[in-house]
Amino acid sequence: MLRIENLCKTFHKNQLDEKHIFQNLNLTIDKGDFVTIIGGNGAGKSTLMNMIAGSIFPDSGKIFIDDKNVTSMPEYKRAKLIGRVFQDPLKGTAPNLTIEENLSIAMLKNSSKNLALAINKQNSEFFKTKLAELNLGLENRLKAKVGLLSGGQRQAVTLLMATLIKPKILLLDEHTAALDPKSRDKILSLTKKITDDEDITTLMITHNLEDAFSFGNRTIMLKHGKISLDLKGESRQTIDPSVLFDDELTL
Amino acid sequence: MNILISTCSQGLIYAILALGLFITFRILNFADMTAEGSLTLGGSVCAVLIIGGMNPILSILAAGLAGSLAGMVTGFFHTKLKIQAILSGILTMIALYSINIRIMGKANLSLLSKKTIFKLVGDTQISNFLVGLGICAVLLLIMDLFFKTRLGVSIRATGDNEQMMRAQGVNTDSKKILALMISNFMCAVSGALIAQSQGYSDVNMGTGTIVIALASVVIGEALIRKSSFIYQLIAVVVGSICYRFIIFLVLNLGMSPSDLKLFTAVVAAILLSLPTIKKIVTRSVKNAKN
Ligand SMILES: Nc1ncnc2c1ncn2[C@@H]1O[C@H](COP(=O)(O)OP(=O)(O)OP(=O)(O)O)[C@@H](O)[C@H]1O
Ligand SMILES: [Mg+2]
Repeated sequence: MLRIENLCKTFHKNQLDEKHIFQNLNLTIDKGDFVTIIGGNGAGKSTLMNMIAGSIFPDSGKIFIDDKNVTSMPEYKRAKLIGRVFQDPLKGTAPNLTIEENLSIAMLKNSSKNLALAINKQNSEFFKTKLAELNLGLENRLKAKVGLLSGGQRQAVTLLMATLIKPKILLLDEHTAALDPKSRDKILSLTKKITDDEDITTLMITHNLEDAFSFGNRTIMLKHGKISLDLKGESRQTIDPSVLFDDELTL
Repeated sequence: MNILISTCSQGLIYAILALGLFITFRILNFADMTAEGSLTLGGSVCAVLIIGGMNPILSILAAGLAGSLAGMVTGFFHTKLKIQAILSGILTMIALYSINIRIMGKANLSLLSKKTIFKLVGDTQISNFLVGLGICAVLLLIMDLFFKTRLGVSIRATGDNEQMMRAQGVNTDSKKILALMISNFMCAVSGALIAQSQGYSDVNMGTGTIVIALASVVIGEALIRKSSFIYQLIAVVVGSICYRFIIFLVLNLGMSPSDLKLFTAVVAAILLSLPTIKKIVTRSVKNAKN
């Protein structure tokens, strides 16, 4: 599904503060995998996602999605293949647009009938059922402005937008880090439900090691621009997270 | 009575400019200074075409298209050449000053004995008012409909949260350019109607009109506080008409016409800062209570 070959990225090249983030990174992720990504601050986790999504481009190396080389495809084109949720709940939705208008934006990936009405009976029903699945009561507030929602609710809408049309890959960058504990649990369980139901290939960055090992089926750890740990299936249960944690502190 | 109607008519014609600026300043969140240039451009193009014998209605359309070209240039400066929004608009506006003189061949053109859209329908107070109302209503309805389409909603969302739109796979550059084209189309149509209504086009007719339009937008918002889109548009038109009445009033109270721009700027500044003033007042009231 996702294949990364010999990826290199250096920030501030040829300057005093030159920073090698990745040197020949290789990574292959299978269809339907749910991979959690851990690593210390500045390890390059977000940078990796940005390169997969095309927000920034690698210096060299190749990125394939579904065997298609997307390395130089611009972000807005690649976004048709990718769903994304950021850490900041304010980033994923348009506050002055209604819930249904926001969701209709996610439907843009589907077709290019630009002059059709954004909201019609049919998709409004579809939005309602999808919102009802979130169990937040939002299905009765289709016409409410998103800016009026709480951070957790906004993040739930963002998650829904990212998956409304099934993406090839879902990228979650600490998408629960800015939420209170209750909303956090809610969004995490929604993440699990949606990705399980639709069998979506997912990458999730988290600083919570417990989450990292309890979610999904594979965990990788980034360190000094390399994958320093790659655990699949059973082996994730037997590892003692405290060992990793000490290790991270020494980064 | 006559004064009432002609003041309304003027408000309606300027409302089209205000609706154009509503698109850039409010929907797209883009401080577009092109507007003053494209208003004059609309006036010049329309005047030249009418003098050349073109149907006045068609020449309004042609003026609008010229305006949207100007908007496209500003959009190109901003999205492709990465020049700041405000500077992109200023560049186009300044360039248009020379271009407008080139188009007219001199600094102003008279339309006094020419066929205008107003003379076409009889040139009475009432008919002039109806022309303004009709054009305004049609543009307002088209705008309302357009901004509910997928394309229109993407433009609104681009103004609201550009980063999200890019993450959603939307080419935000093209949305911005399109919005600037629509906005400047309206500014130029407004300019064409102003020229036909006053009987001449002048290279300086755009100067200061952005502030007038912004004042109209904020007056409208202060009067009509509904959040549905069509009401926001109606508020702009109402604001523009109110602005004309305020001006009429202060002129009659003895204000010198040359002070009007200062007056307008002060009114706009006060209305624009209302939210901040409110915040300060409620905070100090709270503090006083504690
Ligand atoms: N656009 C950029 N320009 C320059 N340096 C950058 C840029 N983006 C990231 N960096 C640097 O690259 C390094 C990796 O950043 P990145 O955001 O990928 O880390 P991260 O693993 O996501 O960390 P965190 O856990 O804090 O989110 C950091 O040192 C950061 O300062
Ligand atoms: Mg990060």
